[in-house]
Amino acid sequence: MKRRDFMVVSAAAALGLAALPASAQGNAAAQLVTAAVGDIEQAINSGKTGPALYSDFERIFERYGDVGFSAQGVMGRPWRDMSNQQRAQFADSLKVYLSRKYGRRFREFRGAEIVVNDTRSIRRGVEVVTTVKLRGQSPFEVLFRVREVNGQPRFYDLVIEGISLVVTERAEIGAKLDARRGDVNALIADLRTEA
Amino acid sequence: MMTSRLTKILLVVLAGAVGACTTPDAPVDVFDPYEKTNRRIHNFNVGLDRALVRPTSTAYGVVVPRPVRTGVSNFANNIDTPRFVLNDIAQGNIVDAGHNFMRFMINTTLGIGGIFDPATSFGLETRRTGFGETLHVWGAQEGAYIELPVFGPSNERDAIGTVVDFISNPISATINASDEWIPPTANVMDRVGDRYEFADTIDSLFYESEDSYISARIVYIQNRRFELGGQNGVDEFDPFAEFDDDPFAEFDADPFAFDDDPFAEFDEE
Repeated sequence: MKRRDFMVVSAAAALGLAALPASAQGNAAAQLVTAAVGDIEQAINSGKTGPALYSDFERIFERYGDVGFSAQGVMGRPWRDMSNQQRAQFADSLKVYLSRKYGRRFREFRGAEIVVNDTRSIRRGVEVVTTVKLRGQSPFEVLFRVREVNGQPRFYDLVIEGISLVVTERAEIGAKLDARRGDVNALIADLRTEA
Repeated sequence: MMTSRLTKILLVVLAGAVGACTTPDAPVDVFDPYEKTNRRIHNFNVGLDRALVRPTSTAYGVVVPRPVRTGVSNFANNIDTPRFVLNDIAQGNIVDAGHNFMRFMINTTLGIGGIFDPATSFGLETRRTGFGETLHVWGAQEGAYIELPVFGPSNERDAIGTVVDFISNPISATINASDEWIPPTANVMDRVGDRYEFADTIDSLFYESEDSYISARIVYIQNRRFELGGQNGVDEFDPFAEFDDDPFAEFDADPFAFDDDPFAEFDEE
C-alpha cells in the first residue's frame, strides 16, 4: 500500500468512514466537519459566555465556513442590487449576528455528542450527515453542507431536522429588511448588535 | 350511536381532505393565501403563550422534578401509541405497525402502564405518526399553510390530521367514561413539558425574531416536509437556485480576503 493511500484510509478509519465509498471530496468534507465540530465542542465546553464565546464562533465561521456564499443565499434577490462593499459588509455582519444568535443558544448544547455518520454528494458539493445526541433527548440529524472554495472545503449551510439555517435566516433577514424599508446599510449596521 | 357519529365526522373530513385542499398554481416555496387570518390566529397564539402557556410551563418545569415529567411524557406517548398503530396500518406500513404494537405491549406491562419506556432500550424507539401522515401517504397534498389556534403551525392536510387524531384514539373505547379525561390531560401536560424543555428555542422564535409569524411558518414547513419525506428543505427551496442563471454565482472567493476584492466582478453586471 502506498503511503498516501494509507493516510487516506487511516484518516477515514479515524472518522469512522472506513465502510463508506472512497471519495476524496467526501473525505475532505468529513474532515472539515470533524475539525469544525471539535472546535465547536471546545468553545461550548470552555465555560466562556457572552462576547468571548461569540468571538470563538466568529473564528469558527472564518476558519471553516464560506460566509460569503451563505450571505448570498440569505439575502436572495436584493443581493443583485448591492454594491461590492455592501456585500462584503453584509457577509461580515451576518457572521457576527449568527455567532451571537446561535452562540447564546449553543450553551444549551453543553456536553452534546456529535458523530459524523455519512457523506453524500449534493448539487453544490458534499453533505456531511451527523447525529447529535443531547442529554435526555432522542438523537437528531444535523447536516453540514460543504462546497469547495479555492480547493478547500468550506461549509455554507447547516440543516437541523430539515430546517436549513440559510432558508430560515432568509425569512428572518427578509423581515428585518422590510422593517427597514429595504435599507441595506441600516440592516448591515443593526445586525452587528441585534438578535 | 357514538360510532356512527364518529364515522360521519370521519367521512366529512375525508371528503374535505381529498376534495377541498387548495392547490397552489405553481410550485412555490410557501403557499399562504390565508395569511391575514393566519396572522390574527398567530397573534392570539403568541398572546396565549405569553399569558398562560409560558408561565405555566416554567412553573411546571421548576416545581415538578425531571423524572416525573419524563414519566408523564412517557405515559402520554404510550396512550397515543394505539393510534400510531392504526395509522401505520392505514399507511400500509406493517413494519412500523408491529414496532409500535410491540412498544405498546412492553411499555404497558414492563413500563407499568407506560410511565417508563423500557421499549426504547430494547431498540423499539418511539415512531410517532398521525392521520396527517396517513393522508400524505394516500396522496393528499399539504395544501395552504394554516396556523391553528392553540395547536400552532399546520397546513390544510395536517389540520384535518390534527382533528382526526384528536377524536380517533382507540384507547378511548377501552376505558371507563369516568377516566376519559386522562388521555387529553396527559397530552396537555406533555405539551407543557415540551414548552419548558425547548424554552430558549421557542422564546427566541416567538419573542426575538423580527416577524415571528414568518419564522414559525418557515421552520414548520421545512421540518414537516423533512418528517414526511425524509427530504430536506433546501432541495425544495434551494436558496441559491435563483443565482444559477447568474454567470457570477459560482464565485469561489473568500469573503474575508478584502484585498483582492472577491465581489469586484459583480460590478460588471
